[in-house]
Amino acid sequence: MSATLFLEQLINGLQLGTMLFLMASGLTLVFGVMGLINLAHGSFYMVGAYLTAAVTAASGSFMLGLGAGLLGAAAAGALVELIVIRRLYHRSHLDQVLATFALILIFSEGTRWLFGASPLWLSTPEWLSGYVTLPGDARYPLYRLVIIGVGITVAVGLYLLISRTRLGMRVRAGESDREMIGALGIDISRLYTAVFALGAGLAGLAGAMVGALQSVQVGMGEPVLILAFVVIVIGGIGSIKGALLGALLVGVVDTLGRVFLPLFFRGFLPPSEATDVGAALASMLIYILMAVILAFKPKGLFTVND
Amino acid sequence: MSEAVLALEGLHKRFGALTATDDVSLTLRRGEIHALIGPNGAGKSTLIAQITGNLRPDAGRVLLDGEEITELSVAARARRGLGRSFQVSSLAEPLTVIRNVMIGVQAVSGHSFRFWTPVHRDRRLLEPAMAALARMGLEHRAWTPVAALSHGERRALEVACALALEPRALLLDEPMAGLGPEGSARLTELLESLKQEVPILLIEHDMQAVFRLAERLSVLVAGRVIAHGDVDTIRRDPRVRDAYLGE
Amino acid sequence: MLALLLVLPVAADLLGHPYYVSLASRLTLIAMAAVGLNLALGYGGMISFGHAAYFGLGGYIAGIGAYHAFDATAFMGLLPGSDNLLVLWPLAMLACGLLALLIGAVSLRTSGVYFIMITLAFAQMVYYFANSWPTYGGQDGLPIYLRNQLPGLDTQDPLTFFLICFTGLVLAMALTSRLMGSRFGAALTMARLNETRLATAGISPYPIRLLAFVVSAVITGLAGALYADLNGFVSPSMLSWHMSGELMVIVILGGVGRLYGPLAGAVLFISMETLLGGVTEYWQLFLGLVLLGVVLFARHGVMGWLAGRESPGREPHE
Repeated sequence: MSATLFLEQLINGLQLGTMLFLMASGLTLVFGVMGLINLAHGSFYMVGAYLTAAVTAASGSFMLGLGAGLLGAAAAGALVELIVIRRLYHRSHLDQVLATFALILIFSEGTRWLFGASPLWLSTPEWLSGYVTLPGDARYPLYRLVIIGVGITVAVGLYLLISRTRLGMRVRAGESDREMIGALGIDISRLYTAVFALGAGLAGLAGAMVGALQSVQVGMGEPVLILAFVVIVIGGIGSIKGALLGALLVGVVDTLGRVFLPLFFRGFLPPSEATDVGAALASMLIYILMAVILAFKPKGLFTVND
Repeated sequence: MSEAVLALEGLHKRFGALTATDDVSLTLRRGEIHALIGPNGAGKSTLIAQITGNLRPDAGRVLLDGEEITELSVAARARRGLGRSFQVSSLAEPLTVIRNVMIGVQAVSGHSFRFWTPVHRDRRLLEPAMAALARMGLEHRAWTPVAALSHGERRALEVACALALEPRALLLDEPMAGLGPEGSARLTELLESLKQEVPILLIEHDMQAVFRLAERLSVLVAGRVIAHGDVDTIRRDPRVRDAYLGE
Repeated sequence: MLALLLVLPVAADLLGHPYYVSLASRLTLIAMAAVGLNLALGYGGMISFGHAAYFGLGGYIAGIGAYHAFDATAFMGLLPGSDNLLVLWPLAMLACGLLALLIGAVSLRTSGVYFIMITLAFAQMVYYFANSWPTYGGQDGLPIYLRNQLPGLDTQDPLTFFLICFTGLVLAMALTSRLMGSRFGAALTMARLNETRLATAGISPYPIRLLAFVVSAVITGLAGALYADLNGFVSPSMLSWHMSGELMVIVILGGVGRLYGPLAGAVLFISMETLLGGVTEYWQLFLGLVLLGVVLFARHGVMGWLAGRESPGREPHE
């Protein structure tokens, strides 16, 4: 039983991890290429989820909804970049934090205005709602495995994009030398819009897929955003590789901690207390992990020159 | 070598395959200006960073008045009496000139964990700061914001900030950088008058100033001291010519 | 501005409008919490996105003290509860100081964006901890049935409580002003403007920043303790990152690194909340628009606009 439970929770952790990677990769790209800290990244997650829920409800097709969520979030990203974000690249981090905090307020309240305060529901389409049998005869929801698959596909896609294409070349150049790329006459503002829209689209995709597991509501992006921050701080801000490793680490540690810490404390505490203490500690686990990693590597696991 | 105020003993520093500092030893004696020259890329910045504490050497020692300071932080070295100026200005632009100098006095006259007495009335900070400014001919600019100073005045202020520490040794990193001939001549005079009080390790590109000021020179090429001696010795040394012509 | 803040609630009390007195208390405490943050953010250049942790912890100390005093139990089975503010306040300040010492010690090893994200993350850690620890209400929060007591004063009286809060704000502002004029303040200013210059002048920036961070947290924490008593309630929302963000917004709206900035920011924030909040429940949408406008076009806040110039010793950092 314990081995099966462990396997099941490990896959849950991987699923959380891949979802975090979708969020974190956009954040870390935007920081690495443009030097921008974007708090409003969670808003694109929310936009993706709302659009997917709305379009799926209207059309009856989950795939259509998913596409709308992805593209809609990317379009929202491009729009926000054109109107607001590009004025912030040369500003201090403090200005960036405040302006993107303002964007969160605008997005959240705007969404509440349009869709109302009560959550929307989005269910997994029938053809994805089956189960897969794991070794040890446990049944595991297919949909969660699909999320992992999508996450891996995106990771591979990003890797190919950055290492093989002209856009990727520019992104890498941007990471190492922002002035240089401008001097070479590359149209940097279009590159920035594209990178920002890509990040927003990935966040929207994450929101859309998770929307089918949880309820779709205002503020849903914020806890995920903060986890994504922890991820990129651990991984090294600006590093895609770091984001992937950090996301999987945080996903697995968080998930396993929540299940196994209470069990662990049951070894020497009365059950109700063990559950409380275990749950409280588990909620702090990834932050402690972050503190420990930073104590040894203040710039994260994969340092990028900044 | 008991009269060496500052001594480097066999410093080594490697970055991967590159040896940036290769067995560098030199001394700075009381009352002298010792110039360190070398072409670009010779490893001067890396060496300076090891003296000031921004980098730790892989091997070797740094001594100040016979005490080892190799493992001390930048701030601890400054408190022990190692003053420095920067190649690129490192002043707090919005603050007044005197504020920039007072912060140095603050460190050597006690500590900074005093929370009540206002600094603008603290004579134990103001007077030494004014004295340091006067040494560099800047006392009339004391209450001007740094942002309003001319380039020449900034260079002089850099040195005044270092003097506020009542240093035992001064490390001046290209103090003449960007100065015209007139400014350069004035600063040369000021430094000349300083060296009796505090010996100076001078890193400088302006050869006219170097030859006029320095008692001794060391030439750094590719991380090594290739020549060492007084002005005439260095001028005649064929290796030095090669190093500079080959640049 | 302070005089006005003192006179209006007294007048409101005399005219029999206790609502406005407690609104003024709220404004005063938010301003005081922002005064604390301003010390780290404005004067020290440390962009802490986690000051809600101290605000909330202060609040929880008040709440937990009252909880144990109310049903005569002991904290962790060890410490008896108390409803005496002369006990609770120092305790709240001590707890916040210690928490800030821990968080600051790790966070200040980093700088820039890392610092922002790490302070945010640690505050979230405290938030989730409070959420998942059921003894003190978990996500539902903890009521304070009877306002904690100060010997010789009736803290239940709105005006008396306002005057206590007002005293706290004035003391916090006086402390900030005195501190920034001192040697410590000179070093902190230099740590913000030019870290290299400070180290070259023989002063290590780290301990200076750490202490400023701790003092900043202590002020915010005390404001939090009072805030919980004002509301008769403390919940994880006091610890949330929205709270951290709002405190930051208040400091910025008022003008970073200015003595009266936090108060001006709090006045603006509470006015918007009260006036716009009366018109539409989506008032935060407008707050967002105003904030965006201030950041993009009016970078020196209300006090900067009033003073018509940049504050002395300020420049965009990083």
